[in-house]
Amino acid sequence: MSELQAEVQNSTQQISPLRQQLKEFWFYFSENKGAVVGLFFFLFIVLVAILADVISPHAPIEQYREFILIPPAWQEGGNWSFILGTDAVGRDMLSRLIHGSRYSLYTGCIVIAVTLTIGVSLGLSAGFFRGWWEVILMRIMDIILAVPSLLMALVLVAVLGPGLENAMIAISVTYLPHYVRLSRASAVAENARDYVTASRVAGAGKLRLMFITILPNCMAPLIVQATLSFSSAILDAAALGFLGMGAQPPTPEWGTMLAEAREFITSAWWVVTFPGLAILLTVLAINLMGDGLRDALDPKMKRS
Amino acid sequence: MIRFIISKLGLLIPTFIGVTLIAFAFIRVLPGDPIELLAGERGVSPERHAELMALFGFDKPMWEQYIIFLGNILQGDLGQSFITKQPVLDEFLTRFPATVELALCAIIFATLIGLPAGIIAAVKRGSAFDHSLMGVSLAGYSMPIFWWGLLLIILFSSPDMLGWTPVSGRMSAMFWVEPTTGFMLIDTLFFSEEEGAFGSAIHHLILPTIVLGTIPMAVIARQTRSAMLEVLGEDYVRTARAKGLPVGRVIGLHALRNALITVVTVIGLQVGVLLAGAILTESIFSWPGIGKWMVDAIFRRDYFAVQGGLIMVAGIVMIVNLVVDFLYGLINPRILHTR
Amino acid sequence: MKKKLLTAVAGAGMALALSAGAQAKTLVFCSEGSPEGFNPSLFTAGTTFDASSRQVYNKLVEFERGTTKITPALAESWEVSSDGLEYTFKLRKGVKFHSNKAFTPSRDFNADDVVYSFKRQGDESHPYHKVSGGSYEYFQAMSMPDLIKDIVKVDDYTVKFVLTRPEAPMIANLAMDFASILSAEYADKMMDAGSPEKVDLEPIGTGPFKMVGYQKDAMIRFAAHEDYWAGKAPIDRLIFSITPDASVRYQKLKAGECHVMPYPNPADLEAMDSDPNINLMQQEGLNVGYLAYNTKMAPFDNPKVRKALNKAINKNAILDAVFQGAGKVAKNPIPPTIWSYNNATEDDSYDAAAAQKMLEEAGVSGLKTKIWAMPVQRPYNPNARRMAELIQADWAKIGVEAEIVSYEWGEYLKRSKAEDRDGAVLLGWTGDNGDPDNFLAVLLGCDAVGGSNRAQWCHKPFDDLVQKAKVTSDSAERTKLYEEAQLVFKEQAPWATIAHSVVFKPVRKEVKNFKIDPFGGHVFYGVDIE
Repeated sequence: MSELQAEVQNSTQQISPLRQQLKEFWFYFSENKGAVVGLFFFLFIVLVAILADVISPHAPIEQYREFILIPPAWQEGGNWSFILGTDAVGRDMLSRLIHGSRYSLYTGCIVIAVTLTIGVSLGLSAGFFRGWWEVILMRIMDIILAVPSLLMALVLVAVLGPGLENAMIAISVTYLPHYVRLSRASAVAENARDYVTASRVAGAGKLRLMFITILPNCMAPLIVQATLSFSSAILDAAALGFLGMGAQPPTPEWGTMLAEAREFITSAWWVVTFPGLAILLTVLAINLMGDGLRDALDPKMKRS
Repeated sequence: MIRFIISKLGLLIPTFIGVTLIAFAFIRVLPGDPIELLAGERGVSPERHAELMALFGFDKPMWEQYIIFLGNILQGDLGQSFITKQPVLDEFLTRFPATVELALCAIIFATLIGLPAGIIAAVKRGSAFDHSLMGVSLAGYSMPIFWWGLLLIILFSSPDMLGWTPVSGRMSAMFWVEPTTGFMLIDTLFFSEEEGAFGSAIHHLILPTIVLGTIPMAVIARQTRSAMLEVLGEDYVRTARAKGLPVGRVIGLHALRNALITVVTVIGLQVGVLLAGAILTESIFSWPGIGKWMVDAIFRRDYFAVQGGLIMVAGIVMIVNLVVDFLYGLINPRILHTR
Repeated sequence: MKKKLLTAVAGAGMALALSAGAQAKTLVFCSEGSPEGFNPSLFTAGTTFDASSRQVYNKLVEFERGTTKITPALAESWEVSSDGLEYTFKLRKGVKFHSNKAFTPSRDFNADDVVYSFKRQGDESHPYHKVSGGSYEYFQAMSMPDLIKDIVKVDDYTVKFVLTRPEAPMIANLAMDFASILSAEYADKMMDAGSPEKVDLEPIGTGPFKMVGYQKDAMIRFAAHEDYWAGKAPIDRLIFSITPDASVRYQKLKAGECHVMPYPNPADLEAMDSDPNINLMQQEGLNVGYLAYNTKMAPFDNPKVRKALNKAINKNAILDAVFQGAGKVAKNPIPPTIWSYNNATEDDSYDAAAAQKMLEEAGVSGLKTKIWAMPVQRPYNPNARRMAELIQADWAKIGVEAEIVSYEWGEYLKRSKAEDRDGAVLLGWTGDNGDPDNFLAVLLGCDAVGGSNRAQWCHKPFDDLVQKAKVTSDSAERTKLYEEAQLVFKEQAPWATIAHSVVFKPVRKEVKNFKIDPFGGHVFYGVDIE
């Protein structure tokens, strides 16, 4: 959160005092009850991820061979040392879920970091330099957009080799066009504004113009887009894992866990239900937060 | 209008060529020796290996391979599948109707539920219905659909639970329906004598439709609601309402057009989402469409099928987007001028 | 509301369908995947053979259902010349081909069909050679191009195969799927019509079932061939319902939507076994999973070292953890379903202390090596990575440090062939024709070093035995030679033989007379349903 606020602060500094801005931000944000719930749940997941080693009752890949596929504790045959039951090779579900949160958040963060930096740089440069560079770049983005993102990611992972890192790279590539388009459009629009002309006349360098003058003023939509990508990156990474192209077993990534659990859909509901529920709740929390962010950052974009 | 289309096409062609280049390049850098894979444990002698490389055209220089490839595409030849030795285009086209049928059903399902729900939520803004709809739609939007599918199978298909719906496929094995159009609903209704086959086709469509339609439904509901709110806030609507015109008429007259625009836009935006969703949905339900086919092709390293499939899918997405742009222009002529 | 209505409609439909199905005996097989095509000579996958050669076609000779024993089929009898170079087949008379929309046969099966079926694969100038991709991998893999000098039609019902060298497994080779007999008349007709590839898509054979229709990735439909030479099949219709997901197959089996399913999930076996409607059949597969040392690299060139390492591996633990019960310990390089399997062989019993002592005696200490684990699931090894980890742990106990390496599958197959490969490689083999030669010569012969002989093992006494057996046509004598070869193998220990998988076939109770095919296929002629 602090990172986001820092960005918010960056983007608005020049117009009004920081405090006032933050206050206003929080006012709009907290008006949306769902967003606040989402925020707290998200913070909870972050905490779980950070403390995974401390709070998980077992190691996530430790196999307890005497306890194979035992149901959650409250069901008949359950065992309180495995609260959410165990999977096919006797690993503790709860510990795996807890550790899985790390992979999901990690995926989301990396994908955002990569797409934001690369996408924004490319987009700003396109909007700033125009000409051939822009034409070619935007055509490449069109090409990426023409193939459905999951398919594109699948093929990319097939090329790079299955694994979580490669899945993240593939997902980042498929998300790039959104950032490039957004930041290019903003750059083109802002470029014509008076304050940009003013600093240009004042002798500001091109890089300075791009990143210090223009960028802060098109930050709001980028932040909203970033939250959206955060949740879709988690979903897509899980989907790739589910198709066997993401994180590889025994990594306790939620999508991979689901893929491994598929053969038990009739015999052990818990190995199927919990990983999916974890994905859903995390993604839902982030999306709720995203709604609030959008309301708070850009009252004009406000939908309700 | 014609100029609009021509300018769009002008953008489309270089993009399409770019897609062919990417598909071509991807496949050449896929790791693993396809011939070794084909041979498995049995292995193949170096001479036979060279022979097969030549047979598949891998022995020529890259640029020459690409030129040949591009030339073939222009003649409608996407090469032969590595596995089945059949033309990739045929393989694609025989499976495509299954995907289209599923996607259409999903969109219809999504619209039938999402549109009215969005309208009601907007009219009753702030009500319990509004709040719960927003909650549900956000959950739908956040849904990992591959899990959703498994969950529905456990619940509705498992003989130990409800056992209402079939687990997979398009048709009960008891029926044989000769593919005429490839659309099971049409084939069973008009071209087949088998009694009950139509029912079976619908029966098999239920769960996949729900799974694939979930995200578009959530998106349509949300978009409809916000579009409606915008319209309801406009002066002329407020005036009409103040004048005491019946609410239903006001909504019917003014809101529907906006809602239509929303749906068309959403469908346009959702083509890619639907095709991506189809990959997962088809994998879960063993639905014999192109999504499953592409995944299989990737796993079997069926180089030419992946390459051809990518090109076909991209081509279709681009054409649908063009059509949507066009429709959008028809419904809302202002767009044409402002662009 | 809407859904309720639909369910009602569909329910009514199902009821109708089931009653209609009762008149004709229909057997539904939930197959695991789509066939690559319908001409078995073009492909190598069992899924393809199930849908083609095993139902639609016949061969000159065939395996008796459920065994690896050869019986006459389209050839009523055959003679081998005394030098072992000429095989003369007397063909069966009155054998009818199928017909379909595009083709009605005007004549019975005869020698032309045999010549066509083999010439197409072997003769590059044959007009059909290049049709449908034109690669005949099994024909190549069984060295047919080198082996067959000529195929001569003596008269309408006599065909002579002339070989370049004596080869005892020849008859077994001719019972394989690639040797299916297609109709020459159909081929000519399709060639004239300008659509030769139809021969491979809409198959015409002499087999017990004719293919009626194929919906890609969904369903294949067969009907009993009324004029089948050995008598019409007990069932009238045979349907392959293509269902790639094993748990879904099980659900369909439970719901009665299919009668037989292949490849069950190990997790479901227990439930299947206790289900009163399901008969869970099992048999050892025709395969072996092994760990091949590189016998050209020191210290693995010393049989004593290899023997010691073998003794250090706890195979029973591997069977539990990797096969989860669906496997049997292997002591010979050939599976027990093959004739000449030597029961007298003694396995290297698990004994870490003895193993360590043997290593010391051989003067080896601080040994470091690699274990290659393949990245894919195979019938003979469901989880190579896990197997490698277990062996790694076992070896660590006797002071051998092993690193696990893996490559992408195609790469793995290629690199593991290298004669200077570093480390022992996990691999396996599924038999093609049920002949011991297909294991012993192919995997352990001197000719195969640098190829499919992953142990790079060329041991003269062993190779002599196997080569001698290859040119001997008397089967009692061959059996003796192979039994001896297995003892030599065990003493020299180029591999650690790990396991033979056990194949499970859940079959519904109403299915009668189903037999597990040792080749891993599914043959439905002779199966009945109540």
